[in-house]
Formats: sequence, C-alpha cells, structure tokens
Amino acid sequence: MKTDPAGVLTGAHYLDGDFACGEGAMAAGCRFVAGYPITPSTEVVERISRRFPMMGGTFIQMEDELASMAAVVGASWTGTKCLTVTSGPGFSLMMENIGLAAMMETPCVVVDVQRGGPSTGLPTMVGQADMMQARWGSHGDYELIALCPQSPQEAFDLMIDAFNLSEIYRIPVMFMMDECVGHMTEKVVIPEADQIEIVPRKLTSQTPEEFLPYRVNGGYVPEFARAGDGYRFHTTGLTHNEHGYPVMSAECQEQNVRRLIYKIRDNADQIVRFEDDGVDGADIVLVTYGITARVAQMAMEMAREQGVKVGMMRLIIAWPFPEKRIKELAGKIKAFVVPEVNYGQMVLEVQRCAEGLAPAVLVSHGGGGVHEPETIVEAIMGAAK
Amino acid sequence: MSRTEIRITGFGGQGVVLSGYIIGRACAIHSGKHATMIQSFGPEARGSACSATLAVSDTMVLYPYIRRPDIFVVMSTEGYDMYRDELKDEGIFVYEENLVHPTLKEGQPSFGIPSTRIAESLGRSIVQNIVMLGFAAAVTQIVPREKMREAVEASVPTGTEELNLKAFDAGCAHFDEKYGQKEVSEKTLTADS
Amino acid sequence: MSTVSEQTAVESTESKVEHPIAPYLRMDRMPHIWCPTCGIGTVVKCYATALGEAGVDLDKVAIVSGIGCTGRVAGYMNLDAFHTTHGRAIPFATGLKLGRPELLVTVFSGDGDLVGIGGNHFIHTARRNMDLLVILVNNFIYGMTGGQNAPTTPLTAKTSTMPYGNFENPFNLPHLAASCGASYVARWTCLHTRRLTKSFKEALGRKGFRFIEVIAPCSTLYARLNRLGTGFELMRFYHDNAEIRHDADLNDVAIDFQGKIVCGKFVDEERPTFIDLMHAHYERTLGDKYRPMPPEGGWIHE
Repeated sequence: MKTDPAGVLTGAHYLDGDFACGEGAMAAGCRFVAGYPITPSTEVVERISRRFPMMGGTFIQMEDELASMAAVVGASWTGTKCLTVTSGPGFSLMMENIGLAAMMETPCVVVDVQRGGPSTGLPTMVGQADMMQARWGSHGDYELIALCPQSPQEAFDLMIDAFNLSEIYRIPVMFMMDECVGHMTEKVVIPEADQIEIVPRKLTSQTPEEFLPYRVNGGYVPEFARAGDGYRFHTTGLTHNEHGYPVMSAECQEQNVRRLIYKIRDNADQIVRFEDDGVDGADIVLVTYGITARVAQMAMEMAREQGVKVGMMRLIIAWPFPEKRIKELAGKIKAFVVPEVNYGQMVLEVQRCAEGLAPAVLVSHGGGGVHEPETIVEAIMGAAK
Repeated sequence: MSRTEIRITGFGGQGVVLSGYIIGRACAIHSGKHATMIQSFGPEARGSACSATLAVSDTMVLYPYIRRPDIFVVMSTEGYDMYRDELKDEGIFVYEENLVHPTLKEGQPSFGIPSTRIAESLGRSIVQNIVMLGFAAAVTQIVPREKMREAVEASVPTGTEELNLKAFDAGCAHFDEKYGQKEVSEKTLTADS
Repeated sequence: MSTVSEQTAVESTESKVEHPIAPYLRMDRMPHIWCPTCGIGTVVKCYATALGEAGVDLDKVAIVSGIGCTGRVAGYMNLDAFHTTHGRAIPFATGLKLGRPELLVTVFSGDGDLVGIGGNHFIHTARRNMDLLVILVNNFIYGMTGGQNAPTTPLTAKTSTMPYGNFENPFNLPHLAASCGASYVARWTCLHTRRLTKSFKEALGRKGFRFIEVIAPCSTLYARLNRLGTGFELMRFYHDNAEIRHDADLNDVAIDFQGKIVCGKFVDEERPTFIDLMHAHYERTLGDKYRPMPPEGGWIHE
C-alpha cells in the first residue's frame, strides 16, 4: 500500500545520514520509537521526536537500551511500526530483546550507527565492527536481515526497505549505518508519499476461535493478531508450539527454531541484495559495504587506471550474505579484496563462501577513519599479481 | 573529476557548522553539484575550535573527508593554528582579519574581512558567519552568489531571513569594494583546479 | 466486547462444574507449574475475580510477565498475554500501552524480576506515572532458579546463595514505589484475599503507575531454608503478623525477618499519567499541529 503522507517530507533536502534515517523511518510508517541517547546515533531520534507529535507518533526516551528494545517489541504487538536507534554499547544491551523479537517473531527495526569499539571505544568516530554482532549478537540460533546504507540518500531509501522486510518476515531488521554516513550531510531526495510503497502489518483473517499465533500451515511466517483485538493469544520467549505455549522438548525446539532459521535461509535468494560494478571479466573483486564502499569505488577507479581488471560487489544487504554469488565469482577470479573498518568480519564470510577457490584479502582499518584509497589500491595490486 | 575541498573553522558558537551547511546546500540543492559536508565532532564546546569540511564535486563524492583543502575559511586564531598547514599552497585563504593574524605565504590568494565588525554594524554580531559566508562566496565563486544567497535564505531560522540576507550582502559588498569583482574571479578560476 | 457472563455460558456447556475463574484462565494449560502451598495461585485468583468485578472489556486487557515463578502468570491468563525476558516486563508493557493507548495493561511478575534485574525500569516507569497496573508477588527469594538471594530477602534470612544468612539490606517496596511517583501503592499478603481482590479491582479503575505488592509464601524454598514450617503455618504467620495500617509512614513498612508485615493501601492519589502529560504538553506547545496517536494505536492500514 502507499504510505501515510503525514510522515513524508517530500522534497530535496540537505540532510545528514542520521536525519535521513529518521525521515526514512517516518516515511515507512513508523509511529513508535523508544530509544536512549548515544553518540553518534542520537540525531536520528532528535529528528523523530521533533516531527512525531505532528503525525500521531510517540517517542519515548527510555532509561536504557534494554528498556528501549523491550518497549519496541511490546509496541510492535499493537501493530504499530516500531524502531529503536543506538550505537555499539547500546547495541550490546539490545541483544537480549533482539533475541526476544526473533523468538516471538516481532517486526521491528534496530538502527546501529557504528562507531569504533570495543567497549566505549571511539564515540564520535567511524567503525564497522558490529557486523558480526548484528548477525550473531543475541544468544541461540536465529536469522535476521541487515542493511548497510552508504549515503544519507540510502539511509532514507533503505529504511523503507528495512521496515518492509521486517513486516514480510516478522523479524527484527538491523540497519547497520556507520558514523561516517550518519554524520555526513548530503542531498537527500524524498519522494511523494504516493511513490512510497510500504508493507502494512498484515492481520489474520481468522476468527479468535480458529486463530493460533504460530500456526503456519506449511508456510514460513505465521499470521499476526494485534493485542486488543480479542484474540487472547499468548506469546513467549520460551520455545513454543503453534499455540504460543511453552513446550520444553527437543521436538518443539526443532519445529520452532528451524522455522526461524529457514524462513530466511529458504528465502535468501529473494532477500540478498548487492550492486555489481564491472565484476564480469574482473580478476579482482572488491566486496564492500557502507562508507567503505565509496572509498573502495575510488580505489577501484584508480586501480583500473593502472590496468587492473577490478570489479566491485557492494553489499546493500549484508545478512543474509550473498553466498551463491561469492561462490560463483570465486571460480572465475584471482582474488577478492575486502576492505572494512574492522579487523576482519565480513571477509570471513567471503572466505567461507569462496570455499578456497579464490583467496579473500582483508584490508583492515581499525576505526576512527576510513581507508585511504591508496591502501586499497595497494591491496588490489598485490592480489592481482 | 573536479573536486574542491573546503574547510571552515572558528570557535564554537560562531556558526561554523551552519556556514558549512549553507555552502553544501548551495552546491547540492541549488546548483546541481555533489557536496558532502562533515562537521567535526569531539569535545568542542562553545568557545573552542570547531570545524566543518566539504568535498564538492561534479560527480558523487567518494572519499568523504578532505586532505588538502582548496579553500580555507577561518574565523578564529585557534582554528587557524590547528589547520593552517593543510591548505594547498595555491589554496584560497579567507579570514576574519580582526581575529586572525596569519603568516601569509607568498603567492597564496588571501582575503581578509572584518566580518565581526560588519555584523555588529548590522546590529547583531551573531550574523558574523553569514557576513563571512557572503565574502567567501564572492571570493571563491564556488557557486554563483545568488545560489549561495538562496541557500542562506533556506537555511537560517524562520524570521531571521532578512537580517541574514543583509549580512550576506554586506559580505559580498565588502569584497566588491576591497578587491573588485573582476580581479578575483580570475584568481579563483586558477585556484579551483 | 465479550463479557464474562458470555464466556462463562460458553465454557459451562463443556464442563458442568466449573471454577468461577476458569473463563479467565487458559484451562488447556492446567495444571500449572506452581508448588503446593505456593501463594501465586491465590494472587491469580484474586486478580481474575477483580477483572470480573471491575467489568472491564477483557479483549482490551493485556498482561505481561517477566521470568520466574510469578513470571508464568501471563501464560495462564486468558488475555493477550506476553511472557517476556527477565526484568523487562515493565518496559515491554510500556511499549504495548504507548503503541495502543486504549489497552489496559497489567504487569504481573515477581520481586527478583521487577525490582532485581528490572529495578531500573521499575523506578523510571513509576517516575513517569506510566499507565500500568504492576502486581508484584514478593516471596523474598528467587524461586525458579532454586532459592537464591533476592533484593527483597530480609536481613538474616537464609537463601541458597546466602547460606549463612542474608547481610544485604532489602528494598522497602511500597516506600520505593511511592517515592518514585506511583499513583497507587498497596501491600497485602496472600491471606488477605478479599482485601487484595478489592485492591486489584480498585486499581483497575485507576490510572497511572499502580503498584500492589503481595507477600506470598514459598514453602519449597524460602520456608524450607529458613525452617518456617508448612503452608498452613505460613498462613498462620500472616494471620498473626500482618497489620493493616493504611496511613502508615512508608519509612516504617520495611519487612524484617519474621517481623510484622504492614499492609494497607498507602497511596491512592490521582495524578496525570505519562500519556496525560504528553497530550497536555503537546496541545499547549503545538496547538492544532499536534496529532496524538489514536487510542487504537499507530497501526497504519488501508
């Protein structure tokens, strides 16, 4: 359906990534935000808290990130689209209830504006070292989706997709910004509301008597009932059956958790999203995401001038990871070069998926800045030899 | 690929970030260029050195930070001391002449303005940054003056447009009086390569 | 809206002799997990009775529990029910309430959950006077994990992690709740079923952060570790040592080991809730531009 125009600030704006992200959430129909201030993410909720009262949205600043995430999961059960926003230290605290959202199958979006870590790290400076945490940070097995915007424009555009994906698969979606994108100001074009397609919360058409909150009838995603509509359902973070009742058994665990995993794995082909640039016929393929993708593109252009056949695969969705594509490319190229603002996270996925057919060379940056393009060029030249 | 790098610095409270925002907006929204603005974040409070940088290009800005600015706009001594060495040898240096006492390099296009005094003469010292912006716009011609003027109007708080536009015009006028319009456009053209 | 009497009528065709609170429970989940002589069941009975007496629309009532013995309450109530993470029932409930303001949201959980791991949420939510009924069953111990020390364990009482007796000062919960800004504060024991039911019913009709502490026996752990006797003796202890003092100075209602349990309704004062304050403030500052979230929530649909 088309989105609610009340949340859409149509026009060409000069916005930073955090503001653009907030605008994206409002345009996507988000009407509840719970958050706790943390640099460099705070501007997202500052933007939202200024505009929400004019569009029927409620923002609450909670006492910490544990509470913020819990409130978001709770609010999502009313059918209201929900968001929370944080950075590394707060992301760590949110993991508890991100797991709850995954287990209860609660649509919501979590923005992590990544800064340098570990611990308090570099509050005002860029990092990309939460990528594995986004995937594995909460305990137990679950799957989710993570997006990586490379510009304020994408912070807006991909936010719409993040909300839509969370609705389609009933999962928490991680929005993995980084401080550099969050704090850079660029042109952001916000379309008319009737150009913004959103996936509304789809409510069950069954009667309360027929309805079971986790029955899927052979599908992947159960139907949803809102709290307050008379369904009197039960849900829990415990392993549960289709009634939403806890059942402590290996059989129930298998039914419950297998579906959480495979609703994403079996649909990965539809979900994975990346952008290729000159990959066909390339000897070297850069695999990159977020702000690093821009610097890598510069490096690629520099390396091409030196005669290297280099292409680039930019991850727009990092999780699920484009396994098939990496494997397919691995058989055709000399090497992958993976620059990231960490000491090796997504490169591990590239290595895993390449299955030894091509090496994946990490170009690390510890955080607090982005790569110098020359460093990446050097790695490309080395790998091309 | 034409790329222009700009740094604006001053002390917190002088409106450094707003100046950067307006230049970026003038380029990106009013003139069809790509402009990436980054403000320095850190322990800077009111009164200490503060800075904003811009990378302006005809194509998408890939590297978001600046390395050797082509244009350096300075509104405080501290900011000058902190960033003076990174300016390109042929880069344009624009400064608040009563607050900054630079060691001018030979051959460096340098332009001073008493922007604080001019702002005071308009009745509000707070618009010093906009006076400076008008001056810098006239000096550098990174976008046509009227585009920058549009960006000022669109960026300042509602109700303050008139005062800010007056400040902007005063900055431009000071340039025209002191340097003459023609002379400088030649200079900037050579600097902006 | 479905009323209790309709529900009862439907259910009663299935079983001839039905417990009066059966319509409020998920009978398909019985028997429950609580030990014989545990007090939680009694509190549930009182709450269910109060729901009936208060005549609220049960379709609009949501119940949220955390983790622990009392944390299982949500799982047995025939309402929209949420069994959440340890300590997070209150913020989860805050989200439910703000996401659909017309809901009547009850938090039903234990002392370890609400004021141990969830203590920070408890004080801040009381401070906001968030529109939640918070029922805290206090058995002085962590029951489900096997009798560990709680933030409510009285001094000198033995727990599995304080085997030589507790030396940490416990919370005085009515005092804590009242000083943080709760608009309704009461304490009862499991023995006071009529008064407890009345208190629940009354609190269901109030707004804001309503806190009711219920002292309940844990004969399996707390009573056994402290040699306090059987369920009957625990009830007799309440009978002999509970003292109803509505006007008690809340400084004086802390519970000592096997000491007096001061009960009563300590605070009942209408104050604007978080939502009231938000509406009033935005109406004042934004005027016609303010568009509040509708009572049925911020769900966007065609």
